Amino acid sequence: MDQKLSLTIDGKKLEASSGQTILEVARENGIHIPTLCYYKGTTNVGACRVCVVEVENARSLVASCCMPVSQGMTVMTNTEKVIQARKLVVELLWSSGEHNCLQCEKNGNCELQDLVYELGIEKPRFDIDSPGYEIEDTNSMIQRDLNKCILCGRCVRVCNEKQVHEVLDFSMRGSNAKVGPAFDTDYIHSECVFCGACVDACPVGALSFKQARFKGRPWEIEKVHTTCPYCGVGCQMDLNVSDGKVIKVTTNMDYGKPNEGMLCSKGRFGMDFINSPDRLKTPLIRRDGELKEASWEEAYSYIAEKFASIKEKNGPDSIAGLSSARVTNEENYLFQKFMRAVIGTNNVDHCARL
Amino acid sequence: MTNSIEEIEFSDAILAIGTNTTENHPVIGSCVKRAVRQNGAKLIVIDPRKIGLVDYADIWLRPKPGTNVAILSGLMNVIIEEGLYAKEYVAQRTEGFEAMKEALAKYTPEHVSEITGVAAEDIRTAARLYAEAKSASILYAMGITQHSHGTDNVKSCANLAMLCGNVGIEGGGVNPLRGQNNVQGACDMGALPNVFPAYQQVANDEARAKFEKAWDVSLPAKPGLTIIEIMNAAHDGDIKGLYIMGENPMISDPDLTHVEAALKNLDLLVVQDIFLTETGSLADVVLPSACFAEKDGTFSNTERRVQRVRKAVDAPGEAKDDWQIISELATKMGYAMDYSSAEAIMDEINTLTPSYAGITYKRIEQNGLQWPCPNTEHPGTKYLHKDKFSRGLGLFSAIEYQPSKEVPDEEYPFFLTTGRVLYHFHTATMTRKSEGLIEKYPESLAEVNPNDAKKLGIKDGDFITVTSRRGSLQVKASVIDTPPEGTIFMNFHFREAAVNFLTNPALDPVGKIPEYKVCAVKVEAA
Repeated sequence: MDQKLSLTIDGKKLEASSGQTILEVARENGIHIPTLCYYKGTTNVGACRVCVVEVENARSLVASCCMPVSQGMTVMTNTEKVIQARKLVVELLWSSGEHNCLQCEKNGNCELQDLVYELGIEKPRFDIDSPGYEIEDTNSMIQRDLNKCILCGRCVRVCNEKQVHEVLDFSMRGSNAKVGPAFDTDYIHSECVFCGACVDACPVGALSFKQARFKGRPWEIEKVHTTCPYCGVGCQMDLNVSDGKVIKVTTNMDYGKPNEGMLCSKGRFGMDFINSPDRLKTPLIRRDGELKEASWEEAYSYIAEKFASIKEKNGPDSIAGLSSARVTNEENYLFQKFMRAVIGTNNVDHCARL
Repeated sequence: MTNSIEEIEFSDAILAIGTNTTENHPVIGSCVKRAVRQNGAKLIVIDPRKIGLVDYADIWLRPKPGTNVAILSGLMNVIIEEGLYAKEYVAQRTEGFEAMKEALAKYTPEHVSEITGVAAEDIRTAARLYAEAKSASILYAMGITQHSHGTDNVKSCANLAMLCGNVGIEGGGVNPLRGQNNVQGACDMGALPNVFPAYQQVANDEARAKFEKAWDVSLPAKPGLTIIEIMNAAHDGDIKGLYIMGENPMISDPDLTHVEAALKNLDLLVVQDIFLTETGSLADVVLPSACFAEKDGTFSNTERRVQRVRKAVDAPGEAKDDWQIISELATKMGYAMDYSSAEAIMDEINTLTPSYAGITYKRIEQNGLQWPCPNTEHPGTKYLHKDKFSRGLGLFSAIEYQPSKEVPDEEYPFFLTTGRVLYHFHTATMTRKSEGLIEKYPESLAEVNPNDAKKLGIKDGDFITVTSRRGSLQVKASVIDTPPEGTIFMNFHFREAAVNFLTNPALDPVGKIPEYKVCAVKVEAA
């Protein structure tokens, strides 16, 4: 299986392993081949034909995402024939939908827009004929605009092959073809569990995170790589920050383990609490039976005096502390150090058992 | 977890017991489903509820709640009886086999069937599926641990895995799926009454001397109290001051009436949190903390992987990082803590925590490292007990099945079992603030089997009254075939239907974990 073979791409002599595709070998060696339907970690389907290349002695152009390399193969990724074919594909996709970038969340981060730009297409040679679907606006998390869908199937494959939620698929035929849940229902009334992987997978603006609509354009967003605060899987994710606020959560397959670019509904849509107006903003001290705002200095003094007097009267073991499975290692370390070294008791635990 | 999440996908067989993986650890749930759909793994599900994984299972055993030891013993009885166990592995790498074998002798499939209600033939089939796999992974969660015999359940899982040579190999293992982002780290860091960081015993003179030297203070040798014992001691007036950081026992602990009385009995209750929780409302002093998105640090996941947390936004108002608050309070109390950053604390952790010695911020900038990682050249540890168990030989335990402390009777004829749902987390302090999650799961639902619903004269969406010996509450019913007949399932997310007013605080004698998975209730139309 892991046999080495040699081939030539754009005049460069390259080594590859048998079983690799032309696209994989090209990308490994820094040779650009554009793609749309290709999605790392899912089946290569060769649906969009944007990645076509010329292979010496082949009867027609081949989809580089599906074509395995072979010994002595000669590949050209950038011939006139290839460019013309790509242009045709992109023009057909452009004309088959409503690719209006003005209010599109993907403007500046759209793979179709990138291709139009790369190929220098002023306008498609075909009439633009949008299918005229209603925008799906029935839930607060994912907005669906099938008029922008290019039927690449990335959402379908990530839903079935990576998350195995088995909710999305193609339906209808020809120009009526569309993707979605069974029985043409909307997301909120389907079996969808709102992991949001389909939105991450969408190369265009067909699927977008609704709460982030008009909250920040791609070039205004800073992505901060962090760890999900919910269950113990420890999913790696990007908090998307715009104007000092977390506006959405995206993933990055390149982060690898443990979640390989997958999340669940909590990691994806459970971040509203960060900006909640109910967050505690100042220390509170109970006075006359009511919690009232206080300064840090007052709070520290109050606690320090009270702990000191309890300790003096009843000994350190009359004080206990509950640390937290929610805060960082550094904070847990410091909390137990505080209880042991400052208070002088081993009465420290947390909710591991609950 | 003895093994890693990535290995699950390539196990030949997966035994999921007491874990509703697709709801509580959805990303691992997807791993299991990929293993089944794409790699041909055999999946054995053992759960009283018809959970999501059942649709993907080769076989589903549906024991009565609280009978895990019996069902696992039944599997092992078959494996030994039919000679399917890893004889060489057992002989070379383990001890205690004969005593365990003797204890298992009476757990024939027929006997186990009487206890659990699972057909004897299904027990045989599942046993063969597990034993005949080249590598088999056991996944479990709180369905195994939250019992008065939780330790016995865990030991039974370990017995089964060792019996078939599945510990210390890739794709095998005994894999508890931990429910909170950093419950592993909190344990590793010594937020436990009997151990310092890396499980170094407080009662051990040498360990204590090491920390006394590093911290320049003398330290108590007597192990402290566990969370439930702390509540009991507060109730009795023996604990007078309590400092709670980022926990909400007023929802999460068993027998909430008792907890409330205990907290109100304190001379000083300090609560440090991001919201004014149910517990915070009872406090004398409340301290505002920064949340995970507002600070730097690390979390350790269920597979022992230490990963970075990074500051993305500023904390609201005067809220501070928890480590800053602790440092400033310690300094105020006369013990100087002067750290310039979270990383500076990790530097100290590295010197005192052998398993974390090689885990520095520099090394985990891109990808996390799995402990044990004893030095900065060490690549981390993907799976434990390779070639040799940490203790030398793997120890089998002889275990007898014990019924749960409270089982249904004439007055309280239903089992009540509790857990989480996909769209919420723990006491829901965070998830209930999220528009989308609330849209999907706006209110608490008690799952009632359709046959029970018929007998109770209720339909989907009706309110029911659920009463245990400790309390009573009203909740909306979801009539669904997920729970078996005679069992009610409730989540513990919603304060309006706080199920821990009903649960039994009976504890496992070793693990001190409460029996959340089984108690007896009566159910009536409200």
